[in-house]
Amino acid sequence: MLSRVAESVYWMSRYVERAENVARFIDVNYNITLGETDAFGNQWAPLVYTTGDQEDFEERFGEATREKVLKFLLFDEQNPNSIISCASYARENARTIREIIPSVVWEQLNKFFMMVRSAAGFTTTLDQPQEFCERVRLASHMLVGATDATMSHAEAWHFSRIGRLLERADKTSRIVDVQYYILLPDARDIGSTLDVVRWSALLKSASALVMYRRYHGKIEPERVADFLILDREFPRAMHFCVGRALESLRCVTGSSPGTFSNLSEQRMGRLCSSMDYTTIEDIIQHGLHQYIDDFQQQLNVVGEAVREDFFTFEQKISHQAEAEFQNQSQTQTFEQGQTQTQTQGN
Amino acid sequence: MQLATYPSTDHFDEMFGPDGEPRPSASLFVERLMQLADGNLQQCQKAAEMSLKNLGITFNVYGHEAGTEKVWPFDLLPRIIEADEWSSIDQGLKQRITALNLFISDVYNDRKIIKDGLLPEELLMTCKAYRKQCEGFMPPQGAWCHVTGVDLIRGKDGKVYVLEDNLRCPSGVSYVLENRELMKRTFAPVFQGMSVAPIEDYAEQLLKTLLDCAPEGVSDPTAVVLTPGIYNSAYFEHTFLAQQMGVELVQGSDLIVDNGYVYMNTTRGLKRVDVIYRRIDDDFIDPKCFRPDSALGVDYLMDVCREGRVTLCNAPGTGIADDKAIYSFVPQIIKYYLGEDAILENVPTFLCSIPEQCQHVLANLDKLVVKPTGESGGYGILMGPHSTQDERDKTAEAIKANPREWIGQPMISLSTVPTLCGEEVQPRHVDLRPFVLSGQETYVMPGGLTRVALREGSMIVNSSQGGGSKDTWVLRNGHG
Repeated sequence: MLSRVAESVYWMSRYVERAENVARFIDVNYNITLGETDAFGNQWAPLVYTTGDQEDFEERFGEATREKVLKFLLFDEQNPNSIISCASYARENARTIREIIPSVVWEQLNKFFMMVRSAAGFTTTLDQPQEFCERVRLASHMLVGATDATMSHAEAWHFSRIGRLLERADKTSRIVDVQYYILLPDARDIGSTLDVVRWSALLKSASALVMYRRYHGKIEPERVADFLILDREFPRAMHFCVGRALESLRCVTGSSPGTFSNLSEQRMGRLCSSMDYTTIEDIIQHGLHQYIDDFQQQLNVVGEAVREDFFTFEQKISHQAEAEFQNQSQTQTFEQGQTQTQTQGN
Repeated sequence: MQLATYPSTDHFDEMFGPDGEPRPSASLFVERLMQLADGNLQQCQKAAEMSLKNLGITFNVYGHEAGTEKVWPFDLLPRIIEADEWSSIDQGLKQRITALNLFISDVYNDRKIIKDGLLPEELLMTCKAYRKQCEGFMPPQGAWCHVTGVDLIRGKDGKVYVLEDNLRCPSGVSYVLENRELMKRTFAPVFQGMSVAPIEDYAEQLLKTLLDCAPEGVSDPTAVVLTPGIYNSAYFEHTFLAQQMGVELVQGSDLIVDNGYVYMNTTRGLKRVDVIYRRIDDDFIDPKCFRPDSALGVDYLMDVCREGRVTLCNAPGTGIADDKAIYSFVPQIIKYYLGEDAILENVPTFLCSIPEQCQHVLANLDKLVVKPTGESGGYGILMGPHSTQDERDKTAEAIKANPREWIGQPMISLSTVPTLCGEEVQPRHVDLRPFVLSGQETYVMPGGLTRVALREGSMIVNSSQGGGSKDTWVLRNGHG
């Protein structure tokens, strides 16, 4: 498939997943802060940390209040990671590759974008964001489902899956990191009723509560971290995401397990196998925050490798062609969103 | 459903005769329409519009903010054409395109038509769309215009005229196909059993046409659609056709010329491309050959095309037959190459390059429609009867400054079709753009794009100027 198309399908999925996760962050925060005292009830700053946009936020909004943070995360068009920006980028990417995605996927994405845009027009959305966040989550599930059920599980589908899973791994890691940090203000809290409520909320934000209960029963911070980081079967766990992304990458290249044919496979394989042989005790010993930090950096390196291996290319004009076309070498730049237009017969 | 109040006008109405009775072709349809409950038609129209919106069936309008998409305007009431009448239109179109293909071949090669004194050489050489780079070139199968959209109108006299030929990058066919889909989905009770000629095989026919014209000796050719990108007004159509044919939709930056062939950049390296259905005008396809400032094209693409190692559809240089001055010669062109009389009539045309005809145009600016010869899409046209003195003065000046660039035509009152305007059904003016494919064989899609001027009394049907569209039903046998 075309490199440009692969890149667009990858980003289309990534942005949908990103929008979904922002909705999850807000939802969990709501659940945690509702009914809290003021000291704990004003925990909106960490949300902005979770998405990694604190600098931009502070510069433009100053102090983190509930309303400012919600506006920033949901409908701020200047924030590239707000839900409305993600929905718009996802749709824009889909528009450039409409010929390869099933019509139903395009239609769902289109409806998703229109839903977000119309919600942005109502002040009530900011007063009661949960319902909106749920719609965003459902729209994302619907898109993943439609893609799975109507798109050939071939190269394009694999790129879409890689984009989605890398994004999800990153966001789950941020949820664990930030919430872990908030939820363990001091060790004496562990085991209190309140604590269980908060940890449940954290699991909920990853839609992981029911699954966690089945596997681990009681809620213990360490087990929760273990589940969200290292579980091999839960689809939002970091380990699961990296493992399946690697699987898709191998489907694209045809490499067998344990081997690699390019940088992306090597890096992703290395990250995945280190998780294969890590326990939560190792992580805690190493320092959870440090571990997550390293993980995020490695993910970025993987993302960069995927870009280099599949989306960009070095143009090589052979000598023969050079002779044929009077020694003019070519340069090419990839400009996203060329605005040059031309009139044609209508 | 009340059609009883449908006003009769002195225009030709496609659905109702002058006596107010439905024409035979429309009688069954009108009968069914009458059976609809009040408000049902409006409901269906709303459902259709909703569906268009959800499906993102849009077009872009230039001059607005970049990337502004407008939902494709669609009207539920179809335009109906009888089988017999269609059959003669079909013949006429095939004849016209066959002759134009021969004409373009001749113009870039032997120029017999000029040597025989039928066409002034100067007229050809002053044509903006003439491409010197195509001299001596002959595309595979001698097919220059693989896809043509011919604009037809019906005057008060009930006759069908050719208003213009679009042989460069005609657009609109995707909307024809989508309009039909919409009708089936939202207007099923009325559509059922109407015996309408199917059009759904268009993408198949297009693909066949493209592959049939692949460079000689290529056993399993690869075709692509080349688009200028998402800001182009017809971008939806580009994606639609690529998707329907199952071929890659590429942008200039995806293609590269290497070793004398064209390749596309894929995730597994370079892949050769044999046929390019390009939706980019000549000027922009190759910066090394045409406009050097174009970022949309591919360096050296023309070299490969001339070498016969890639087929461009349509071939470069076809724009000469789009020129409205050349248009006036089409009946003679048909006679010259085929020895036949033209089946479809031209609108009488005055060439301002001929002094006495120019005088006539200047003296009758308030009665004529005056058009620039090299434009398309309804740009730069003066509608004499609806113009102001100031507009006429400006046009007169432009004509005097450059007579070759202008033609005049009598104002033809377009026929009307009943159209849903809010709660009422009103007559609105329409034209028709059928699509013709020519490769090894010639195929005419039954029907085409009926464009409708949505403003009362307006004759401007271009979507870029606020026109809408309708489904076009060609009845398969006898009357509906």
